[in-house]
Amino acid sequence: MEKEGDAKPKNTAPRLCCVCNHRRPALKRPKTLDQICRECFYEVFEEEIHQVIVENQLFKPGERVAIGASGGKDSTVLAYVLSKLNRQHQYGLDLFLLSIDEGITGYRDDSLETVKRNEIQYGLPLKVVSYKDLYGWTMDEIVKIIGLKNNCTFCGVFRRQALDRGAAMLKVDKVATGHNADDIAETVLLNILRGDIARLSRCTAITTGEDGPIPRCKPFKFHLLQIPNCILTYAYFKRLDYFSTECIYSPNAYRGFAREFIKDLERIRPRAILDIIKSGEDFRISTTTKMPEQGTCERCGYISSQKWCKACVLLEGLNRGLPKLGIGRSRGLNIERKKDVKENNLTESIESKQCGTLDF
Amino acid sequence: MQLTLEFGGGLELLCESKKIHKVNVETQKGVEKLTMKDLLTWVRTNLIKERPEMFMKGDTVRPGVLVLVNDCDWELSGQLNTTLEEKDVVVFISTLHGG
Repeated sequence: MEKEGDAKPKNTAPRLCCVCNHRRPALKRPKTLDQICRECFYEVFEEEIHQVIVENQLFKPGERVAIGASGGKDSTVLAYVLSKLNRQHQYGLDLFLLSIDEGITGYRDDSLETVKRNEIQYGLPLKVVSYKDLYGWTMDEIVKIIGLKNNCTFCGVFRRQALDRGAAMLKVDKVATGHNADDIAETVLLNILRGDIARLSRCTAITTGEDGPIPRCKPFKFHLLQIPNCILTYAYFKRLDYFSTECIYSPNAYRGFAREFIKDLERIRPRAILDIIKSGEDFRISTTTKMPEQGTCERCGYISSQKWCKACVLLEGLNRGLPKLGIGRSRGLNIERKKDVKENNLTESIESKQCGTLDF
Repeated sequence: MQLTLEFGGGLELLCESKKIHKVNVETQKGVEKLTMKDLLTWVRTNLIKERPEMFMKGDTVRPGVLVLVNDCDWELSGQLNTTLEEKDVVVFISTLHGG
């Protein structure tokens, strides 16, 4: 898949790769600004990921690991590099690709085609779980009802759970996602803006949910998206097959503002991104602060700090024609629902597909 | 001057969803060489059909766009001052789209 041969050198770059001192450099390394050739860059990048995996003990031999695969550059590079390292360093992992089909025509259907090609290219079995099967609704149908406001809330809540459910179907021990440093910094900011202390305290960890059924890890946690962006450059040089179209429903997502801010910040001082993550990590919450207790959803059995998990609340709203249910401030919702249950004997009127048929 | 231009990471959407453009860029009269600065102006005028602000900011590419000249980061060849030659391959990839 790689392009053959070295193109002619530009006489303005006469230096040689600082690693092999032999080939013509192709890029400057972001951290050190060392000039490095393509082949050495592959090795250095893969070695960095390997070190992150080893130092943070992300995997244990014999584990089954699902790679959350969107078809985008980060998860495609993750799938490629992880399967390569698994062979090279004998991690002894059983790797799978796990994709979520939100049911977004013109976006997810195309990116799923990419993942299906990756399945063949990397020889990793692929599992696709769809919102339609899990919840009875596609995002296209949801957007038709609620419009382009709050749609990302539905999608985000559903995806989080769908990934766990898909992972349970695959019977994997862990899920690895392609989240990079910029993504995590965005999440730190969003959790601060939302005042979500519980999530703030766990969103920066490289592995999360270790107390739960299926932990998640982010091997790209330390990779900045600055230019030259290693993940993107790797994907381009290796001619990896990835999909790069923005979700057609996302322009109004709150996250977009955080992303824009992070990008501006990165332009001024790239390290700022890692500093934000560090701040998130260093947040210490007073022991007297009452944290939400993790329980299970009474309806579907998914982890939840409330009586019902967020997905069930949102689904309930959709199925009852009250899509605003569960959007915005959640205070009062449970009270409202209790009243509903009393008045309408609600539990019997639920027509949606049961989402509690999976074991966790 | 014959050049191959490649757009990726969503930038192709700005030029009629075509990723690879084989183009012939005329150098200005009396000037032999063509620099990346000249090429960017040419691309903006001749190839970019919509939302040029997604591609350029000021006289250079928008932050977040990776530029490779013959598979080499243009930082190594002098960015805007990079001199282009016949049959060079220039790649523009945006990182701004999701991963």
